[in-house]
Amino acid sequence: MITLTHYLVLSVILFSIGLVGVMRRKNLLMLFFSTEILLNSVNIGFVAVSHYYGDLSGQLFAFFIIAVAASEIAVGLGLLVLWYKKTGSINLDSLQMMKG
Amino acid sequence: MFEVIAFYIFSILTIIMFGIVVFSKNSLYAMSALAGGMIFISGFFFLLGAEFLGVVQIVVYSGAVMALYAFGMMFFDTTRDVKENIHYKKILYSLSIISAVLIVIIMSAPIYSANIESLYPSAIEGVGNTQIIGLVLFTKYLIPFELAAVMLLVSMISGILLVSKRMDMNLTEKDHYEEKGEII
Repeated sequence: MITLTHYLVLSVILFSIGLVGVMRRKNLLMLFFSTEILLNSVNIGFVAVSHYYGDLSGQLFAFFIIAVAASEIAVGLGLLVLWYKKTGSINLDSLQMMKG
Repeated sequence: MFEVIAFYIFSILTIIMFGIVVFSKNSLYAMSALAGGMIFISGFFFLLGAEFLGVVQIVVYSGAVMALYAFGMMFFDTTRDVKENIHYKKILYSLSIISAVLIVIIMSAPIYSANIESLYPSAIEGVGNTQIIGLVLFTKYLIPFELAAVMLLVSMISGILLVSKRMDMNLTEKDHYEEKGEII
């Protein structure tokens, strides 16, 4: 029998995979992929809670998260293409302009 | 029984796919694995009785988002392997796993301590999942829905403006346009 805990544990595993990606990746495109993984793992958690508590709000929040993710990618990829045209690299270290 | 088998198959496949996304050196492999993982996640949504969200997941993520990534990758050099120099591996992994567990504890502790009553019950006799999502979305969540529509419009305009070069000029000014030389 699959309970809510199973889904939450799966959500944790996917979230930690995404966090490892965010911290490990230096390529900005790969960083975007990792943020997608983070948003999707949260979506699984929301929908599982909504199913096991019989409440529809979780599904609606997941719906809005999908909308936010789609618009984030549109803006982010546009900025990324601009940055690549300007500097010729999408490495995260090339964004480091202030030598602190 | 069927639910258990489906859950474990889907979870193993999703974890493998997202592991490929995070650890692969080739960005094309990472993108394909991400598309596969999105499809498997929609499988979870179907298992949980959220058919509408599953269909939206397939359409938006593996349709729109992956197409956007594929077109974005044409601007970059994707055939080369991604070079990354990473320091402090142990600190990185332990920090990310600890923070993920902390976030889940923060989120799930109020759920376990308080018995949450459902505001919008998801199961009404004779009404499907898509119908009831429509009912709640257009009554209680109408303003966030409209705001999301405006946000999508703004992001679409900004995406077009950022990527295309000549959109900041007026297209009807033909003389000015021809003086500037070739069209890209």
